Amino acid sequence: MKDLVKKLVESYGPAGDEGPVRQMIEEEIKELADEVRVDALGNLIARKKGNGKGKKVMLAAHMDEIGIIVTSIDDKGFLRFAPVGGWSPPTLLGKRVIFANGTSGVIHTEHLDDIKELKVTKLFIDIGASDKATASENVGIGDMAVFYGPLFDMGERWVAKAMDDRIGCVVLIETLRQLGACDHDVYFVFTVQEEVGLRGARTAAYGVDPEIGIACDVTRVGDTPKSHIMEVSLGGGAAIKVKDSSLICHPALRKHLVEIAKENKIPYQLEVLERGGTDAAAMQLSRAGIIAGVISVPCRYIHSPSEMVDAGDVKACVDLLVQSLKGSMVLQ
Amino acid sequence: MVLKMLSEAPGVAGHEQAVRAIIRAEIEGLVDVIESDTIGNMIAIKNPDAPGPKIMFAAHMDEVGMIITGFERSGFLRFRKAGGIDDRVLLSKTVRVGKEQLPGVIGSKPIHLQEPRERQHPVRMRDMYIDIGAKNKEDAQKRVKLGDVVVFDTQYSEFGDGFVKGKAMDDRVGCAVLISLLKEQTSLPIYACFTVQEEIGLRGSAIAAHRVHPDMGVALEGTVSNELAEVEPEFHVTNLGAGPALTVMDAATIPNRKMLKELIRLAEHSELPYQFRRTTGGGTDAGRMSLAHTGVPTVGVSVPCRYIHAPVSVACQDDFKNTVKLLSLFLKSIEGGFRP
Repeated sequence: MKDLVKKLVESYGPAGDEGPVRQMIEEEIKELADEVRVDALGNLIARKKGNGKGKKVMLAAHMDEIGIIVTSIDDKGFLRFAPVGGWSPPTLLGKRVIFANGTSGVIHTEHLDDIKELKVTKLFIDIGASDKATASENVGIGDMAVFYGPLFDMGERWVAKAMDDRIGCVVLIETLRQLGACDHDVYFVFTVQEEVGLRGARTAAYGVDPEIGIACDVTRVGDTPKSHIMEVSLGGGAAIKVKDSSLICHPALRKHLVEIAKENKIPYQLEVLERGGTDAAAMQLSRAGIIAGVISVPCRYIHSPSEMVDAGDVKACVDLLVQSLKGSMVLQ
Repeated sequence: MVLKMLSEAPGVAGHEQAVRAIIRAEIEGLVDVIESDTIGNMIAIKNPDAPGPKIMFAAHMDEVGMIITGFERSGFLRFRKAGGIDDRVLLSKTVRVGKEQLPGVIGSKPIHLQEPRERQHPVRMRDMYIDIGAKNKEDAQKRVKLGDVVVFDTQYSEFGDGFVKGKAMDDRVGCAVLISLLKEQTSLPIYACFTVQEEIGLRGSAIAAHRVHPDMGVALEGTVSNELAEVEPEFHVTNLGAGPALTVMDAATIPNRKMLKELIRLAEHSELPYQFRRTTGGGTDAGRMSLAHTGVPTVGVSVPCRYIHAPVSVACQDDFKNTVKLLSLFLKSIEGGFRP
């Protein structure tokens, strides 16, 4: 599993330009699924057919990551840019980024008298070009870049860019690998454009039209020095979401997941996330409404180049999904 | 000149009737069917029975304006904004109120009567009122009803070297582009959607796109330009005269990459000027189209306009013409087999 994590987190896939990640995931799953297709927005939809006795279930993890988009190139070859997804300017200062074609760049700032003046309009990317013409050979307006950096393997804990939400993609792929025969018709959906407004999940859910939707995404934790208060910790097990600012998870589905975790002695914790949203919210409001919930991988330093997850938590999320799908999914 | 008529017509969100009537008169005869839906979108269809791909164009009929929310004893009207307007552009403007298009003035306190500290801060909208020359509250209520809408009172005109000025260029210029495009010969099924309520949340296009269920979408807009004296060139988001502006990303959409690349290829091949919309702020009907049903490959193409969402904006006639040309080439490319 570690090799797959490394491969996915190190690949390129900002919102709206997920092609390389999609190809990689498609390679991993095409032998495991009964059908694989890509919809108009670029969602990768893999179906594992049920036996007709179960439910139609959609699982969603987003392929896209946060990044930047080039908005102008000046005469000296420096790039100005805008965010793709949510990050704060201080996170970007001094960071290395990489474009789809392999062009690398460094983010830095105009001279500021006070660091509080640091805004995105003060930042630029230096791609080592000496003038506009040289820069334009490698990068154009509208091109996107993502953080650059290899996976740090700390043993039980892994650090990389784009854990949000490649780790969710890994959970779905592993679930598909381990699931075997089950009653339910399960759609494993690797969505696009989550970071810019839960867009892919919306059109995918419309197309799949499931009875139950479960998103797998990262969530924040409250276990670092003088952190904000949040009762989720790294290594504490799969986080079963109660609510975030985009949805209130269906209580019957949430209870069901808790029972499955208890029965199978899978470590779990309940999650109330005060800020943030997931694909489950888009699924929940699709068509006439869908029973939706979330299994989250606890993650430190979200939306930075160094997002940290715990291998045990990842395994717990896979176990919880597999055991849920092996059961009846009859919600009380 | 259709742009003059469109620019001068009132059409605050939810009250697009006058604009709709002008467009209908222009396009009857150019299309096979004209439909309306419950929210007020007008959907003009060319070649409805032709084999796909089905192309939806969206240009919104509504403009930013104001809505009457109350009456002062003196006969002045209280109002709120309908759509995004900077409070500072409202003061001392002439406006037209309600269906009857009654003339009005957004009043301001004369400088003689202002305290020095009052001049330090812009007047807020909630401290402004509209004067329709009423004697008192009862007189005002005879002529205006709560909920009547208000537009800026701006005459359209051509000026300078190929420029035009007028109100509501966002998005009457898009409507005018779409009308021109309907004059082109094509064998494709074209769904020209003149949408409503874009300025208050992209509402009409969501419904139109659900109904049309297109294979491709194109949003036509009059978009922002910040060619202001104090803005350095690398921060200009569009330039007037530099051609149609292609959206690379905004707050509501990331365009389909293949369609965007095809537009670039066509422009370069035909030596048509084009530019990118070099900001990611703002949202258009493209956002809602792209998310209809199982998703629709969509792009946004705009005519750059200075000073939008204000009483008067400025556009360049060449940009308008080149936008029509580019879209016409795009249709031919689709006829020739281009698919996203």
